[in-house]
Amino acid sequence: MGILFSLLIVVGLAVVALVGASMGHGMQMFFGVIVPYVSLAIFIVAGINKVVKWGRTPVPFQIPTTCGQQKSLPWIKHSPIENPNDTWGVVRRMALEVLLFRSLFRNLKTEINDGKLSYGSEKLLWLAGLAFHVSFFTVVLRHLRFFITPVPAFINITDSLDGFMQVGAPHLLLTGVILVAATAFLLYRRIGMAQIKHISLPADYFPLFLIIGIALSGIVMRYVTKVDIVKVKELTMGLLSFSFTVPSGIGVVFFIHVFLISTLLAYFPFSKLMHLGGVFLSPTRNMPNNSREKRHINPWNDTFGTEVHTYAHYEDAFREKMKDAGLPVEKE
Amino acid sequence: MAKPQTPKPEELVKVDYGTPGKSWIDIPVEFKDGHWCFGSRPEFLEAVGMPNARDWKPDEADWKLPDDWKDTILQGIKERLEKYRSFHIFMDICVRCGACADKCHFYIGSGDPKNMPVLRAELIRSIYRKYFTPGGKVFGKFAGARELTEEVIKEWWYYFYQCTECRRCSVFCPYGIDQAEITMIGRELLNLIGTQTGWIAGPVANCYNKGNHLGLEPHTLSSNMEYLVDDIEEITGIRVEPSWNRKGAEILFVTPSGDLFGDPGTYTAMGYLMLFHELGLDYTWSTYASEGGNFGFFTSMDMAKRLNYKIYAEAKRLGVKWIIGGECGHMWRVLHQYMDTWNGPADFLEEPVSPITGTKFENAKSTKMVHIAEFTADLIKHGKIKLDPSRNDHLNVTFHDSCNTARGMGMFEEPRYIINNVVNNFHEMSEEESREKTFCCGSGSGLNAGENMEIRMRGGMPRANAVKKVRDKHGVNMLANICAIDRATLSALMDYWTPDVGVCGAHELLANALVMTGEKKRTQDLRLEDLPGMEEEANEEGDE
Amino acid sequence: MYNGGKIIAGLVIFFGLLTVPFFINAVKPTSGANPSIDTPVINSLDTKECVKPADYMRIEHMKVLDEWRDEVVRDGDRKTIHVGGKDFQKSLQNGCMECHSNKKQFCDECHKYAGVKPYCWSCHFVKEEGRI
Repeated sequence: MGILFSLLIVVGLAVVALVGASMGHGMQMFFGVIVPYVSLAIFIVAGINKVVKWGRTPVPFQIPTTCGQQKSLPWIKHSPIENPNDTWGVVRRMALEVLLFRSLFRNLKTEINDGKLSYGSEKLLWLAGLAFHVSFFTVVLRHLRFFITPVPAFINITDSLDGFMQVGAPHLLLTGVILVAATAFLLYRRIGMAQIKHISLPADYFPLFLIIGIALSGIVMRYVTKVDIVKVKELTMGLLSFSFTVPSGIGVVFFIHVFLISTLLAYFPFSKLMHLGGVFLSPTRNMPNNSREKRHINPWNDTFGTEVHTYAHYEDAFREKMKDAGLPVEKE
Repeated sequence: MAKPQTPKPEELVKVDYGTPGKSWIDIPVEFKDGHWCFGSRPEFLEAVGMPNARDWKPDEADWKLPDDWKDTILQGIKERLEKYRSFHIFMDICVRCGACADKCHFYIGSGDPKNMPVLRAELIRSIYRKYFTPGGKVFGKFAGARELTEEVIKEWWYYFYQCTECRRCSVFCPYGIDQAEITMIGRELLNLIGTQTGWIAGPVANCYNKGNHLGLEPHTLSSNMEYLVDDIEEITGIRVEPSWNRKGAEILFVTPSGDLFGDPGTYTAMGYLMLFHELGLDYTWSTYASEGGNFGFFTSMDMAKRLNYKIYAEAKRLGVKWIIGGECGHMWRVLHQYMDTWNGPADFLEEPVSPITGTKFENAKSTKMVHIAEFTADLIKHGKIKLDPSRNDHLNVTFHDSCNTARGMGMFEEPRYIINNVVNNFHEMSEEESREKTFCCGSGSGLNAGENMEIRMRGGMPRANAVKKVRDKHGVNMLANICAIDRATLSALMDYWTPDVGVCGAHELLANALVMTGEKKRTQDLRLEDLPGMEEEANEEGDE
Repeated sequence: MYNGGKIIAGLVIFFGLLTVPFFINAVKPTSGANPSIDTPVINSLDTKECVKPADYMRIEHMKVLDEWRDEVVRDGDRKTIHVGGKDFQKSLQNGCMECHSNKKQFCDECHKYAGVKPYCWSCHFVKEEGRI
C-alpha cells in the first residue's frame, strides 16, 4: 500500500506539472520560477533549522562505537582509524564513512542451514548505495553548467569523463544510467526482499520514486523529448539574478523535472534524507575513544544523579557487623 | 510464578525468518513464555526512590500505570531529545536500509521482526514522529507515526528488554545508529512510570544500599573471600592475605561482586588474589564499593551515576593513588565512557603507574582506572611473572570478546596476549563472530534472569554456534572471556547448546599458569580438579 | 559538549557552496547566448531557410547531424537534401558550414554558454581557421 501510494503521489506531481506547464506562460512562471524559489528557501531554512536543533542538543557522553584495537600500552598495535583516539583519527574515520561508506562495507549476510549459522559477504547494498550517491552527486555537479557562465573547466571535464564512451548525440552520460540502475536496485530491495519490505515505510518509497522520476525526466529531456537548453539556461540564470524570465518554448518535460526537484528540496529537511547532515554528527562515529585519557564534560551533569548512598550511610547501617568481622570502621 | 519451560535446542534452532503480511504497526505485541522477566517488586523501587512502586505482573492486562503516564512519557521524550544528541539524531536519520537487521543476535535467534534493530528503534521513532515532527502530526500512519497507547508501552517493555545493548548493529550501521542508545533511553522512559524488571531493580536496590548487586553485607563478603583463600592455600600451599577497606593502600581493586560468589567467576577472583599476592601489590578491596558492575546502567543514566558514585568516593576515602578494575563487560563500558564524566574529575588520585614495571598508563590518566587485562599484559610483557602454560594443557581455549569491552572500548589484544602466554592451545572464532563483530552472550544488560530463559538461549544461539564451530574443528573445550556476566550466562548457554565446553575468566587461566614463589607442586587447577599428568608425579613424590 | 563551531563551519561550507552561483552571478552578471547568422553566404540568400525550421534545429541539430553521419559514412547515401529550391549536402563542413561559416559566433556561442562539448571538431576542421 505504501508502495502504490508513494508511486501515485510522484506520478500525480508529474501530472500536475505537465498540465500546469501546458496551460501557458503564467503557469510556467509558477512552476519554473516561484516553486523553485520557494522550495530552495524551504530547503535552506528548514535544513539549517534542523541542523541547528541537533547542534543545540549536547553530546553528554563520549560514546564512540569502537571497531578496532584501543590505544593502550605502547607495544600493542593500535587501530587509529577504526578506533581513533584523537581528532586526526576521527577525521580519517569520518572521511571513510562519508566518502566510502565504511560501515556499510562491513555488511554480512547471515544464513542458517541445518542449525548452523554462516555469514557471507554482502556488498551489493554498499555498491548500490555508493553508486547511487556518487552518481547523484556527479549529476548535480554537471548541472552547474546551467548555473555558472562561463561554464568552469572542471564541469566540462566532468561532463567529458561522464560521457567518455561517446555514444550517441547528445552523448550518453554514464552517471545517469548508473543513477537509475542503482535506485532501481534500492527499490527492488524494498519491494522484492520480504524483510526489507517489512521495515519500509511510505517515507522510504516516496524519495526513491521521486529521485527515479527526476532522473527519468532528465534522461527523457536529454535524449527523447529534447528541450532547448539555451532557453533553459536563460531561465536558470534568470533565477540567479532575480530577473524572473521564462523564455517561451522550453518544453514541458523541463517543468516536470523542475517540479519534482523542487518537491525533493522542500521535502528534504523533514525527512530521513537529512542523514546528509546527520552522518557528520553521529556521536558513535565522530568522537575519539580517549574518554579515560581526557575527561568529557556533560553540560547537564549536575542536574541528575545527585542523591547518593554515602559511605557514612553505609557504615551506619553495618557498623556492628563490620566490627565483628574485623573490618576497619571510621567511627567506633 | 513458575518459570516457563524452555524448548529443546533442536526445536529452538528452527527459526522462522518469515515476515507477516501486514505492517508491523498493526501487529499487537504478544508476550511469549520465556521471553520476558518478571516485574519489579515495589520495595526495590522504593529503596532508590524510583516512581510508581507497586505490585504488578507484566502478563496481566492492568499494569497499574500512573494516571498521567502518557504526559510523563511524552515529557520524558522531549527532555531526552534536548539532552542527547545521539537520541535526537538517531530518531531523525535512519533510512531503514536494513543493514542492521540480521546483525542482531535476538533477531537471528528468534526471527521476530521487531527484534531487528531497525524495527526496535521504530517502536519509539513512530511515537517521536507522531508527537514531535510536523510530518508525523499531519500524515500520521503514512509518515510512520502512531498514537502512544498502553499497548505501545507494553511493546516497548517487551522489546527493550529483549535487547542487550550490545552495539553490534551500530558497527554495521552506515550512520552509526546505536540501538543500545535507543534501548537505554527507552528503558529510562519505562522507568519514569515504574515499569522495571525485578531482575534489574533488585540488584540496583542491593547495590545502592549494600554496595553490590548480590546484596552481600560486609561481613559476608569478607567471610566469602576466606573460602577462596582457603582453596588457594589448598592448591598452592600459600595463604594469600587480601585486605578490606584498608586506608593508605596504593591501589583500590573493584570487580563485579558476582566473581566473589558464583562459579566459575570465583575462580577468576582467586586468580586476582593469587596474582596480586605474587606481585606483593599494595592494594585493597572495598565492601562499600564492592560492585564494579552497574545495573543502574540498565535502568537510567541517573541511577547509573548514583551507583557509580561509590567507586571514586571510596577511592578518595581510602586515600588510594589509583584504581584497578577487574574483568567485566558493561562495568567497563561505564568506567571507560561514563564514570569520569559523571563523577570526575578524579583529581584526588594520581595518574596510574604500575608499581611493578613502572609503566605509565597514559590511556587512563584522567579516570585513573586501569583494566586488569592492561595491567597484567604489561606485567607479562616485562617478564615480571613466571608462567607455566603447560598447566593449562588440558584446556583447548577460545576467546569470547564481550560486547562492551569490544565495541565500547576496543580491548582486543590485551586479553589475547595474556591468554596466549598462559595456554598452549588457543583457537580464535571466525572473524565475523569475534572482535568488533562479536556476538553477545544473549543475556547482558540485566537479562540474565531465569524466567526469560528461552529468549536468552535464542539470543545466545549465534555465540554458541560460533563456539560449536571451533569445538568441532579444533576440539575447543574452554570458552575464556573477560566478563563476569559472561561467566554466569555463557555457562548456561554452553550447557544448553554445547554442553562439553566450559567457561572461564582470563585470570583463572593466568593463575593456573602462574608460578608463585614458594608454592607447592600444583596437582590441582583452580577448580580443585586434578591436573592431568600431575597427580601421578605428586603421588610418587608423596611416597618418597 | 556541542562542537558548535564545527557545526556552523559545516553549515557555512555546505550552504555557501550551494548558493555560490548566486554570488558569482551577482559579481559578474552575464548575458545569454546570441548565435549570429551574419555571414556573407547567408546574407546573400533571398530566403533564409535551413534544412528544418529554426526552432527544430535549435533542439535537434545534433540528431540531424548524427543521422547524416550514419547515412553518409555507414550507408554511402550521399543524396542531397532539397529544401526551398536549394540543395544541401549532408555534410557538416560542406553543408552546414557553407552557410554557417562563422563557427565562433554561431556554433560556439551556444555550446560554450550551455557547456556543451560536441566532438564534431575532433575530426572536422573549420575552413576559416585553416586547420587541417
